[in-house]
Amino acid sequence: MSSTPSSGEHNAAAVAGHEPGAAGQKPVLSVRQLRVEFPTRHATLVALDDISFDIAPGEVLGVVGESGAGKSMIGNAVIQLLEPPGHIAGGEVHLSGRRIDDLAEEDFVPLRGRHIGMIFQDPLTSLNPLFSIGDQLIETLRTHLPIGEKQARERALALLTEVGIPAPETRLDSYPHQFSGGMRQRVVIALALAAEPELIIADEPTTALDVSVQAQILALLKRVCAERGAAVMLVTHDMGVIAETADRVAVMYAGRLIEIGPVNEVIRHPQHPYTVGLMASIPGLAKRRERLYQIEGAMPRLAAIPTGCAFNPRCPHAAERCRTERPELLPVGGSRAACWLHDPENPLPRRDTLDTRQGEPALDSPGETAR
Amino acid sequence: MSRIQPIQTGSRQTGPSPTAESGEVLLEATDLARHFDVSRPWLNRVLERAEKLTLKAVDGVSFTIRRGETVALVGESGCGKSTVARLIVGLYGLTRGRLIFDGQDISDLARRSGRQSAAIRQRFQMIFQDPYASLNPLWRVGTIIGEPLRFFRPEMSGADRRRRVGELLEQVGMSPADALRYPHEFSGGQRQRISIARALANEPEFMVCDEPTSALDVSVQAQILNLMKDLQQQYGLTYLFISHDMAVVKHMADRIAVMYLGRIAEIAPADQLFATPHHPYSRMLLAAVPSLEGEGRERTMIEGEVPNPVHPPSGCAFHPRCPYAEARCRAEVPLMIARSDGSEVACHAVEEGRIGP
Amino acid sequence: MNQDVKTTDTVPVAPPPPSRLRTFLASDIVYSWQRQPVVIIATLVTLTMFAGALFAPWIAPQNPFDPRQLELIDAFTPPLTTSDFTGNFYLLGSDSQGRDVFSAILYGSRISLLVGFAAVLFALALGTALGLMAGFRGGWRDALIMRIADVQLTFPSILMALLIFGVIRGFLPRSMHAEVAIIVLIVAIGLSDWVQYARAVRGATMVEKGKEYVQAARVIGLPDHRILFQHILPNVMRPVLVIGTIGLALAIIAEATLSFLGVGMPATQPSLGTLIRVGQDYMFSGEWWILLFPGVALLLLALSVNLLGDWLRDVLNPKLR
Repeated sequence: MSSTPSSGEHNAAAVAGHEPGAAGQKPVLSVRQLRVEFPTRHATLVALDDISFDIAPGEVLGVVGESGAGKSMIGNAVIQLLEPPGHIAGGEVHLSGRRIDDLAEEDFVPLRGRHIGMIFQDPLTSLNPLFSIGDQLIETLRTHLPIGEKQARERALALLTEVGIPAPETRLDSYPHQFSGGMRQRVVIALALAAEPELIIADEPTTALDVSVQAQILALLKRVCAERGAAVMLVTHDMGVIAETADRVAVMYAGRLIEIGPVNEVIRHPQHPYTVGLMASIPGLAKRRERLYQIEGAMPRLAAIPTGCAFNPRCPHAAERCRTERPELLPVGGSRAACWLHDPENPLPRRDTLDTRQGEPALDSPGETAR
Repeated sequence: MSRIQPIQTGSRQTGPSPTAESGEVLLEATDLARHFDVSRPWLNRVLERAEKLTLKAVDGVSFTIRRGETVALVGESGCGKSTVARLIVGLYGLTRGRLIFDGQDISDLARRSGRQSAAIRQRFQMIFQDPYASLNPLWRVGTIIGEPLRFFRPEMSGADRRRRVGELLEQVGMSPADALRYPHEFSGGQRQRISIARALANEPEFMVCDEPTSALDVSVQAQILNLMKDLQQQYGLTYLFISHDMAVVKHMADRIAVMYLGRIAEIAPADQLFATPHHPYSRMLLAAVPSLEGEGRERTMIEGEVPNPVHPPSGCAFHPRCPYAEARCRAEVPLMIARSDGSEVACHAVEEGRIGP
Repeated sequence: MNQDVKTTDTVPVAPPPPSRLRTFLASDIVYSWQRQPVVIIATLVTLTMFAGALFAPWIAPQNPFDPRQLELIDAFTPPLTTSDFTGNFYLLGSDSQGRDVFSAILYGSRISLLVGFAAVLFALALGTALGLMAGFRGGWRDALIMRIADVQLTFPSILMALLIFGVIRGFLPRSMHAEVAIIVLIVAIGLSDWVQYARAVRGATMVEKGKEYVQAARVIGLPDHRILFQHILPNVMRPVLVIGTIGLALAIIAEATLSFLGVGMPATQPSLGTLIRVGQDYMFSGEWWILLFPGVALLLLALSVNLLGDWLRDVLNPKLR
């Protein structure tokens, strides 16, 4: 990025125009060429490499990837909660046009909660076991908003009602351990929403919950954020959650963003060979297959990311170019994918070896895997 | 194996299942129950005047598994599915009920260890959920996989055992050289392969798989599920497959038992269950599965959560969340009733015909 | 069917496993050690004092336990002084008996370390055994052992050691007191110190017992003793060894305290604590070296062992990494 920090605002808005799905609106969150490094005694590990995306107001961006792909790292980098020695080594993060990645910790603290709400996997880590949830809500409200005790209490009640806690006036004085898992996560959502932040970062918000409760929480999250026009970054490993909740989806692999686009496009017509394989490897309810498609091998460790495209050793289409030259996100269909197959000038030829390798003649073609 | 089970009654006969329709019964579980004492310590109870608390983790579960088939137990957390797995392999003792494995009564297996039970124990094995906890971190992979061999076949020479460990590693898609490494050098998927290799060491007939892929990423899950299916075909293995993931269960199982709060709500052949679930809870579970179709279908919203199993609801445990609940459901525990389509359902509403097919 | 099972997760490219020495030298422990000057100094001090204690008969100019070697005439020689009478050089001075303080420290730390190590081993063995039983078996054994531990913890361990020391001596004839002093000390300190090992081992045992690798061994049907000694014990030893290192420093101090109070080693076989007790009489009469040097030696020894223990705990504790 050639911009200087002072021109960051203008620049972020300008680049946002390139994002499909975010066009026309000024993005709430704009991440540009974000790079996160972990220096270790052996080498400097690049945990996030050249990540750029926008989230528009009211939009839910799903960030999906396998463990170790760096999906949670993006959220942690945005809210500056990277575990040391991890640090942002390059790029910019803009929140509502304001550059926030270079803020010192004391300048950043007021942003958390007020402008960026956070929801984590385990609700117990977000709630203080020693205070009633009413106290915690009221304290959060009064920290961020200029309102009195009585007003805050009313707001707290309204929030609890909104997130679907039954009989909120009696629950206000209950402690976190008196709630079930699903109810706790509702309280956490209420806390995250309390100060009306522009951006909500939800990191695996339903992973610890049972499927029936998961559906309730996702619907709730989607509704309350849409009503407030808050942008949501939903980090999860579960494609099903993404499919139900997200507007757009970003697919992570080995610390890189390899595909981003509208959720229907990515799920029905995945373009990156990794996404294609990922979608095909998910067992579905609709159709029974004798064997699941499997991507051979495993995601490389950060210490051993291959040159060129990080997916090349596992990719059925890989050619010499993939081993030497790293592909940018290239537009294809409605989305963008970092794969030389989609190079407009010189597309890599496809090698459809997938099916024969599976010993099964008619495995779904990439476009149909999700049916 | 010519022993035939006499206990198979007509009402228990389940319908056509894809692979094992006429297969002999390998495992028969009758009225399994396991209660845990979850009271506070004695002194606290006396001082706080608290009552004894019993968690009925499993309370009256019956099913059969035929040789060569895969039976799945599904349900949400706290439904007792993992406890059933541990009852079968003898990690927990039975509070009530009977377990017959290939004609032999193994109800008291938990109290028999060592050589006494070696003959029966080497015929089944278990695969666990957490690949990071299921391998002794201080042992080399070869020692881990060889452990069942050392115990069950002490006459085997070291060289033979090493050869066998190498074979096993190759069978699960790894290299014999990996025997010299330690578990921490491997990824979650590879560790699960090592667990499978250990389970296979004694050529068991029956494997209890407790959420074997829940801790893995989807692409790795596909590798492990495929491997498990291949091994099943190769060795004619019988699986009891435990999972909370309906899609995984659908992919793996011939028959599925849906559990709720320590009891089975419905048992049906897999295709049958997914096509026409009878029990309101089965319907709810299926409806709650996130769909990859995107915006095509709204998830049906189900009220409430699984209640605390220490204080289960009266009558049918599902009645507080059930849209069809009536007075009878609140008072009377429903019994399993076989239906003509091959399923067995424990629901008053289904029995009375209040819910259509 | 089987050939497509042969997936290869590419993560470890298979070079032969490196030798144990090279693995050790490349390990995080060595790396962490090299980066912390305090720890390096503590290691050097500890090693020096261990070596001094071990090789005392060859290093020390005289044997302070042998009355024939003491030159009464050289009593109260200041440090760095050659005696006008005997021509002996006293590096750290001499005491009222003409005993060379340097030699006394070497021999004294020998006793301090011996008592420390033996007491730690005793406490460690007892605590580990009881902790394993409590954690693995549970039930009334667990309740009994842990209640005893709770009760014992309400007494300061030095008080406990005094008590045990007194009781044991009560059973022994007076003439044997000096001979068995060292064994009585070891038992007293060990008995007062087993609780923390038992607690740590019990906790770790309960964690390991619930882990799936132990359950896997149970499914196979391995007998309890095999599960306990092959699987659980090796996996719970790490915290025990860390406690043991810190416990060594505490045991050395406990021994010094007891000897200082006059219930430990007799003046004829002085440990560092005995030397300090003897030395304090001369603190204000100008012969400061009789107290100061044994005191500094005890401080250095306990401090550096303690620092090493803290460092080991940090390095080996996965939670802190």
